Amino acid sequence: MTIRLKTAATVIALLFAAGGAPAADKPTDQQIAHIAYTAGVIDIEAAKQAIATSKNPTIVEFAESMVRDHEAVNKQALDLVKKLNVTPEDNDTSKTLSKEAEAKRQELGKLTGAEFDKAYIDHEIAYHKQVNSAVETQLIPAAQNAELKSLLETGLKLFQGHQQHAERVAAELK
Amino acid sequence: MRSMVFFASLLGAAAIAVAAQAETIQVMVDRLVYTPAEVDAKVGDEIQWINKDGLVHTATVKGGWEVNLPAKKSGRLLLQEPGSFDYICRYHPNMKGRITVRP
Ligand SMILES: [Cu+2]
Repeated sequence: MTIRLKTAATVIALLFAAGGAPAADKPTDQQIAHIAYTAGVIDIEAAKQAIATSKNPTIVEFAESMVRDHEAVNKQALDLVKKLNVTPEDNDTSKTLSKEAEAKRQELGKLTGAEFDKAYIDHEIAYHKQVNSAVETQLIPAAQNAELKSLLETGLKLFQGHQQHAERVAAELK
Repeated sequence: MRSMVFFASLLGAAAIAVAAQAETIQVMVDRLVYTPAEVDAKVGDEIQWINKDGLVHTATVKGGWEVNLPAKKSGRLLLQEPGSFDYICRYHPNMKGRITVRP
């Protein structure tokens, strides 16, 4: 839990990094597209790990929903960057997200059964909270292109639903 | 064989006659919202959900009917019985709608 909170703080700190003043270092649309896409890929990968590992139908169903929705949103993001002719740009936030995801994947890889299920769903709650907060307070306000902003807004609504879904699943496990 | 063709065309004519009287009511599905959320209809009407999202949705009555709404596609339902039907999206249960069907 401490690590997770630290993680969220790191990401937000990175978004604010350099210059000190938050407004001075807003991510560009190219960076926003990369962060949003990366965040989606991470959740898809985690879901695939859960589908392969878990024997709990509720967990598997949840994970399948994550794959379905995040793949759909990422497809829209790719279509949009193609249409706008922008190149998503790798950045420190994306790199940090990926690095943390890899560490989490290894951590979850050591677990099985109910232990895995609980660790996975708890992380899904924390992860969606973290990403939703960044999307809401950092990415949406910084987005310049109207279509990108609109996609982020729809994404946020969708991911808030995912967070609630994960919370329901977690409550069910108890 | 000929009589079967004749029968089929009779059925076709009947279907057209019904369709002419009944209404098709459109419900937009956009950014995870059904609009209008509440629809008044009558038996024989058809609901057409037009999914503008790039996401798969459904219109699902718990323990009842379900219409699949693939991304950027539409789905239809012929209303065959009167009643009030609360429906949700199976995948995004925050999405809620209601159809009231008069006899
Ligand atoms: Cu839906």
